[in-house]
Amino acid sequence: MLGNARRGFCGTVHAIEAQDVTSTLHPTELESRLIELGFVEGARIEVLHEGIIGRDPIAVRVDNNTVAVRRREAMAVVLG
Amino acid sequence: MSSVVELQSLRLALVGTPNCGKTSLFNALTGSRQRVANYPGVTVERKSGTFTTPAGRNVTLIDLPGTYSLRGRSPDEDITRDMVLGRFPNEAPPDLVLCVADSTNLRLTFRLLLELKQTRRPLLLVLNMFDIATRRGVQVDLERLSAELGVPVVTSIAVRKGGTEALLQRTDELVAQHVSAEVENNWKPMTVAELRALQREADRIIAACISLPARPETLTSRIDQVVLHPVAGLLVLVLILFLMFQAVFSWAQPVMELFSDSFAALGQVVHDNLPDGLLQSFLQNGVISGVGSVVVFLPQIVLIFLFILLLEDFGYMARAAFLMDRIMGGAGLHGRAFIPLLSSFACAIPGIMATRVIDNRRDRLTTILIAPLMTCSARIPVYTLIISAFVPAKQIWGWVSLQGLVMFGLYAAGILSALAVSFVIKLTMWRDYEPAPFMLELPDYKLPRLRSVAIGVYTRAKMFLQRAGTTIFSMMVLIWFLASFPRPPAGATEPDINYSLASMIGHALEPLLAPLGFNWQIAVALIPGMAAREVAIAALGTVYAIEGGKEAAEQIGQVLASKWSLATALSILAWYIFAPQCASTLAVIRRETGSWRWVAVSFTYMMTLAYFASMATYQIARGLGAG
Repeated sequence: MLGNARRGFCGTVHAIEAQDVTSTLHPTELESRLIELGFVEGARIEVLHEGIIGRDPIAVRVDNNTVAVRRREAMAVVLG
Repeated sequence: MSSVVELQSLRLALVGTPNCGKTSLFNALTGSRQRVANYPGVTVERKSGTFTTPAGRNVTLIDLPGTYSLRGRSPDEDITRDMVLGRFPNEAPPDLVLCVADSTNLRLTFRLLLELKQTRRPLLLVLNMFDIATRRGVQVDLERLSAELGVPVVTSIAVRKGGTEALLQRTDELVAQHVSAEVENNWKPMTVAELRALQREADRIIAACISLPARPETLTSRIDQVVLHPVAGLLVLVLILFLMFQAVFSWAQPVMELFSDSFAALGQVVHDNLPDGLLQSFLQNGVISGVGSVVVFLPQIVLIFLFILLLEDFGYMARAAFLMDRIMGGAGLHGRAFIPLLSSFACAIPGIMATRVIDNRRDRLTTILIAPLMTCSARIPVYTLIISAFVPAKQIWGWVSLQGLVMFGLYAAGILSALAVSFVIKLTMWRDYEPAPFMLELPDYKLPRLRSVAIGVYTRAKMFLQRAGTTIFSMMVLIWFLASFPRPPAGATEPDINYSLASMIGHALEPLLAPLGFNWQIAVALIPGMAAREVAIAALGTVYAIEGGKEAAEQIGQVLASKWSLATALSILAWYIFAPQCASTLAVIRRETGSWRWVAVSFTYMMTLAYFASMATYQIARGLGAG
């Protein structure tokens, strides 16, 4: 899960599974938003930065863009 | 086709993802011919401008809020969807939708474009910032791209002269073909599977038509090594803030003094050239000092917006939000609320205007509600006067000035109460509300384009003067009226204000304010203080019948020290932390939220806090023997 990945982690997106994520967003909405930010299956991922409190939020390279997400929402991104 | 039809005026809409350079393209096309209004019933800003195409068509261009999809997840995004689909009552759908893409970052925009295509509105894809992409080695097969997407494509360089020529020419051509493009559309929100399919399709098209450089751009990641570093990043942030504070407090000061001196001089000219009486008083105290007290904030507002727009264009704002998100999140504030709250230390007016960077409506309202609790610069004269009159100028622990410590305490009280109020709002008002998750793109850094920034600052300054100016001005006139009528009877010995409605209100309020330790003179002074907080000092001077002069402020201090108890002075300080004292702020809240309801909410909660804070301060201080 991207939500547990540490700084420096490199990998690819395996799936988006938003069902059991404790986000305030509806799972479908969370999944849609993640896709809209480029998190689709096969996208290359690299965790670039972590915030100061609880290493949260994280800045992630998704293919060619950089995206900031909280770890809570990032738990929906299953890594391969 | 008749030439009349050919030259009919057009409506174009700009759609794109956040950070795609939409605004700089908008600025390049329309220059300063822009209008900013609100969409009916919502707080979303409606930006439109006009220009003329080479063929001589008059075009109204609407800059729609940035979005990643047409689903509409916020009021802003609803606007974009409804405008594109032509769902606005009394507004025809745009004749042509310009989908703007950042040429260095096409992936997410292409998905949006494919979604836009399903609306079957006439579309034109604008590959903006094409120069930067070319310099980085991005190569685009434009013909193939247009064929694959099924949408005409032009390139543009919004920031260069002539960089939009191809766009204008293509617009003329397309519009000539589409004169009566009244298509029905059966657009529906996309399912997750459809979204995925579209992103795949977008990725396929990119792979087919665009060759990306072998080595990706590294400048942004090198800057981010420092700027997003948990420790160094926060230091950079503090440094930027320090610079902003310096600018707003020190650099703006000479210009502000120049403004206020000019208005005072102008008032004096009126005073000297008109006979004593109502007209003189109205022009000098109502109109000139009323307008002057608003215009004097202009340099601060221009500087704050200059900083904000520069940081936004550079790509730093998203980073500041990233750094502050968890730190502010504890109090129920969004990371993006940081800069507006910071600006509020100068003045709540630009701070509240700056909340536009927060795209979620409720996060924005929370920020607007607490912004006036930040200690604005207008409180400083009042704090300074009272502190110097009542707090002994001694050092404690050998090196800390007691007066400075009290000042610091007042600032801290403002910040802490703002956080507490935000926390309470989170717990009570928005209980059913889902806090906006923090998910945003961190765009590549780009050099800000000065012309675009200048147009942005100019638009904000104009808006401030026009809109807030009219409302504030009418409040000033009202306050002048209260302080001037009825006129004193012939042979009156006391100052004029003691016979006025303001004085009657002051006397009427006295029993209510007695538990706070306020006498009727203070109550009277608080009324003109509604115009601008620092005016209360001059008003106190008037009610205590002090003859003005260069040393007036010092004299007021001495008189107050002899007339008030320490408990009363502390109570006034507490009052000033919370009280909704400034009519201009309320006017701007009205303007920014589009409703009086939020004005009433702010006024009520701040007044309540002020009352109880003052009462507690006064009673406790008296209990401790300071009465």
